[in-house]
Amino acid sequence: MTAQNPARANGAHGQAWWERRAEDVERLISRYPKSRSALMGLLWMAQEERGWVAPEDMEYIAQRLGISRAYVESTCSFYSLYHRKPVGRYVITVCGNIMCGLSGAEALIRHFEQRLGIKLGETTADGLFTLLVTGECVAACDGAPAVQINEEYFHKVTPERADQIVQALRDGADLVELSERIGLIQPGAVWEAGESA
Amino acid sequence: MTYEKVLTKGIGEVDLTRIENYEAQGGYQALRKALKGMTPADVHAEVKKANLRGRGGAGFPAGLKWGFLPDDGRPRYLCCNADESEPGTFNNRMLIEYNPHLLVEGILLAAYAVRAARSFIYIRGEFRKGYRVLMDAIEQARAKGYLGDRILGTDFSQEIVVHRGAGAYICGEETGLLSSLEGGRGEPRNKPPFPAVAGLYGMPTVVNNVETLCNVPFIIDRGADWFLSIGTEKSPGTKIFSVSGAVNRPGNYELPLGVTLGELLEVAGGLKPGSKLKAVQPGGASSPVLLPNNLDLPLDFDSVQQAGSILGTAGVMVFDQNVCMVRTALYYADFFSHESCGQCTPCREGTAWTARLLRKIERGEGTPADIEVLKSLRGTMSGTTICLLSDFSITFLQSVLKHFADEFEAHIHGRACLAERPREVLSA
Repeated sequence: MTAQNPARANGAHGQAWWERRAEDVERLISRYPKSRSALMGLLWMAQEERGWVAPEDMEYIAQRLGISRAYVESTCSFYSLYHRKPVGRYVITVCGNIMCGLSGAEALIRHFEQRLGIKLGETTADGLFTLLVTGECVAACDGAPAVQINEEYFHKVTPERADQIVQALRDGADLVELSERIGLIQPGAVWEAGESA
Repeated sequence: MTYEKVLTKGIGEVDLTRIENYEAQGGYQALRKALKGMTPADVHAEVKKANLRGRGGAGFPAGLKWGFLPDDGRPRYLCCNADESEPGTFNNRMLIEYNPHLLVEGILLAAYAVRAARSFIYIRGEFRKGYRVLMDAIEQARAKGYLGDRILGTDFSQEIVVHRGAGAYICGEETGLLSSLEGGRGEPRNKPPFPAVAGLYGMPTVVNNVETLCNVPFIIDRGADWFLSIGTEKSPGTKIFSVSGAVNRPGNYELPLGVTLGELLEVAGGLKPGSKLKAVQPGGASSPVLLPNNLDLPLDFDSVQQAGSILGTAGVMVFDQNVCMVRTALYYADFFSHESCGQCTPCREGTAWTARLLRKIERGEGTPADIEVLKSLRGTMSGTTICLLSDFSITFLQSVLKHFADEFEAHIHGRACLAERPREVLSA
């Protein structure tokens, strides 16, 4: 689910994701009284498969749901989590809302920039990391400053912990497992780890 | 102080994502009780009697809301608002990730009470783990006969569809949520018609917050009288307060409504060493500040309102002497400007200009006239738009302009910041 490999968008036999995952597509659509409601879910599916939402994904979705391409684009562009251009395999999003901002999000962004050798908004040359900031509170204020990597949480990300996370992902760690193991995401984990100050 | 945990019981002790552990502490008993011995009207009446007030921010009684659905034969829908994105608020996330069956059971009971054709959970896109946990919980519940066709052998059938958002604060507004659920941009709609009359697909629809629905199983299991015995007369029950900022143990704390601000800070480990209390926002980004002289204030819907703020989502943010109120206002201004859906001119333009003025002031380039403009925003940005984002974007600002006027003046006249160790402001 979390791997975002552009090569996967078209499978080994040149099959598009919507053909390979035809059953998932139909199951998703069948959940809703009206098929248009499946639009966001299909955009998510495209992003899972390709890492971002490409023009041909929108074309397919429009066709499948019987709506215009412009409608699909209009919806897609409203939401900040859909990437409409290629991004790295791991999209690191630093929370930039109030509590994370007061807890050093700015310094953390500078640290990531330095560590990854990119500026905010850019992707590393190896295609592994993209660095973003979000103005939306990610609901992790007890773990500020918080970071999401492909929507998996990491709390209380000090520069040292940032390095640890980046290194682990470079070494091929499983993102979900990493978040559970060192993300300090369980209730009370931050202050139990003595990290609250 | 020790209080009985209700919604958060077992969290951190047992793995409540496993249905057998949830059942072992009484889970799904309320559903059993309702389906075997209560009519939908009975369930509705019990929730109404309990005066369960909406936990999503408005505090509107859920039982009343359910009663607004017209009985005209059209299909009805129940939507659980799990788009928790109010700054400072993180209790829904915990309930979803660590007690998902409670939410599933609450939704099933509410769906039974309002005779919903189908239920939806609108979960914000950032809650990927929460999505996984809920999808798994739903399948566990189905395997046990709690969900799907003919639940527990009765005539009641229900499906819960989990719908992922994709990053838009405004989808927490109930009509924006419905627009998004229909596959569109999350743009709020004019009210009336209210969702109860014309909601999802134009059908009668109830939208309830996660925590609100999580209270329903306990009300049905233990009765409205038990619920009414907790909290205050007009704000019964517990509330999960999300506490962050200058306290030793930031986190979620479930306490009876009406607990005082001072008690809450104590439960959260007290102020950090060296911290002096400057201000508290009791309920998210739009809540006007409470001050150190409010420590005895009971945190319930009405008391907080009487003190000039709102309990909102109970996202309690604690600011000490190192926090600059001008910068804090700027953070919020940037946030609201970014999250404005852009439909209404006062909001689209107003939030952007508010941010621009505050940035100018924060940099020491402001003038007294700028302050006057900020003070006048209520006239142009309140009550002039489809939804309340515009109104709420300036309420905190107005409160700090009033209570921390010296900080604004220092930024203008002294070109200085009064906070002891102010943090940098993120560039927008």
